[in-house]
Amino acid sequence: MNMSQTALKSAPGAQATPHFDVERIRADFPILKLKPGGKPLVYLDNAASSQMPQQVIDRLVRYQTSQHSNIHRAVHTLSEIATAEYEEARRKLARFINAREEREVIFTSGTTDAINLAMHGYGRKFIGAGDEIILTTLEHHANIVPWQMLAEEKGVKIRVVPIDDAGEVSIGDYEKLFNEHTKLVGVAHVSNALGSVVPVKQMIAFAHARGVPVLVDGAQAAPHMKLDMQDLDCDFYAFSGHKLCGPTGIGILYAKAALLERMQPFKGGGDMILSVSFEKTTYNVIPQKFEAGTPPIAAAIGLGAAVDYLSAIGLDAIAAHEHALLDYATEQLLRMPGVHIIGTAREKAAVLSFKLDGVHPHDIGTLLNQDGVAVRTGHHCAQPVMQRYGVPATSRASFAFYNTMAEVDALVAGIRNVQKVFC
Amino acid sequence: MADPKSLYQEVILDHNRKPRNYGELAQANHKAEGHNPLCGDHLSIALNLDGERIESIAFQGESCAICKASASMMTASVKGKTRQDAETQIQEFRDMATGQLDVEKQPHHLGRLTVFSGVRDLPTRVKCAILPWHTLHAALHAVPDISTESDNDPMHAPIGDA
Repeated sequence: MNMSQTALKSAPGAQATPHFDVERIRADFPILKLKPGGKPLVYLDNAASSQMPQQVIDRLVRYQTSQHSNIHRAVHTLSEIATAEYEEARRKLARFINAREEREVIFTSGTTDAINLAMHGYGRKFIGAGDEIILTTLEHHANIVPWQMLAEEKGVKIRVVPIDDAGEVSIGDYEKLFNEHTKLVGVAHVSNALGSVVPVKQMIAFAHARGVPVLVDGAQAAPHMKLDMQDLDCDFYAFSGHKLCGPTGIGILYAKAALLERMQPFKGGGDMILSVSFEKTTYNVIPQKFEAGTPPIAAAIGLGAAVDYLSAIGLDAIAAHEHALLDYATEQLLRMPGVHIIGTAREKAAVLSFKLDGVHPHDIGTLLNQDGVAVRTGHHCAQPVMQRYGVPATSRASFAFYNTMAEVDALVAGIRNVQKVFC
Repeated sequence: MADPKSLYQEVILDHNRKPRNYGELAQANHKAEGHNPLCGDHLSIALNLDGERIESIAFQGESCAICKASASMMTASVKGKTRQDAETQIQEFRDMATGQLDVEKQPHHLGRLTVFSGVRDLPTRVKCAILPWHTLHAALHAVPDISTESDNDPMHAPIGDA
């Protein structure tokens, strides 16, 4: 604990130092000490879910052992503490993304829930028959299916921005899709399947010049880069806590306060109302208007602790280390005959999707697992991306700041072993 | 590679490299398509039933090694057998893969197919091994296509979260 505290204190300066002390950081993550099947765990499935440091685990335990009660309700001490800690977590998240106001942060169960909230709260109220929504080929199913549901219900048309062979969104094509019917843009900040970083700021500026709001799916961006809602100027931004060293079951929808005020509630129930009678119910103010029922209080507080942890290390230092891992891994895989990297955008986050000649991704995943290397194999909930490349699935290694160059070597050795088995 | 716990035994790798009974079958009187939409695996099985006997059988498709080897060994195993014998193997293979049949302790008719018994420890791969068998079952029962994720899989049952 003391050691990790020191690591955290020294970390903010790590941005400029070439010596990112990854071993000290790893000491914070108990799960990284596991040896599944007798092999040291090489956890390279961070884009699916990241691991939790002891600091966040401890925070959950402290909440549950000494602070838990329901929030925004009773006058007793525990309820006041729980309410204060929950709202403090909201403040931490607002600072983490540089929102203008805390009430622009709505706690949701995750990215999917956040996008569904935007669809129900904004889409169903303001988007109707004949209107159009622009999405990109890169989207995760979570940023496709809710809009398809709206399209089906309201007669809305969905238009899709293509990607090129490298996995980059074509800005020229994006701009051409706008017309007088365009009512919303939904775009991933970082592709979960390919790692492409999408130039969302430029896309937002273009949409805003035409009066069109933009929702950014930041599930894969939030863990890897410094976020600034005011600079980005997006209208909605969604991400999940569990990809950010926090617990599952928590995430946020950031939205501009003016939009949240105009939106209709998504879920009805307790806490989202000011008064209820069978004649008339008055909704609560934001953010409570969108947080019906008892929220995942512990998870929200845990997420607050997680963003503290990440901020102490520094998102710039995290991004620099992850880029070094990605560059090293990319260089290694490019040298291997029979290995093909899928997604070669100029700007990428720490995701490396690949295929091997003659070997199905599921066989790769199972064999790598026998070597202790955890990667994701499958369509990554991004089937349109798979269709674009004409593959049913890929293998995906995704890095976090606690991964090491030696773990990249383990991945490379594991892939060589797969090739040997199938030669 | 010599790891006896590994699913990737030489016999499986060999059937993946050189699948037996692979290709089309002219004048098949029973056919079915099998899909696993979760991983994109698909295969088709065609067979000729002469009375109650599987006179010839062939498969083709795109899949992982486990699925392809399972299909290859299955076709080699059921060729020349009666429909009833094939049904018994289908049931036993499925029970083995889902951990309900311990091939070391209980009687069975699986022969070399027990090389797939290790799949029971890999819940996400159980469907890969079983898909050919479900498809064969469908072909024998004149169901044109099955999916591991829909109710039309005649043997649909929860078998791990793939």
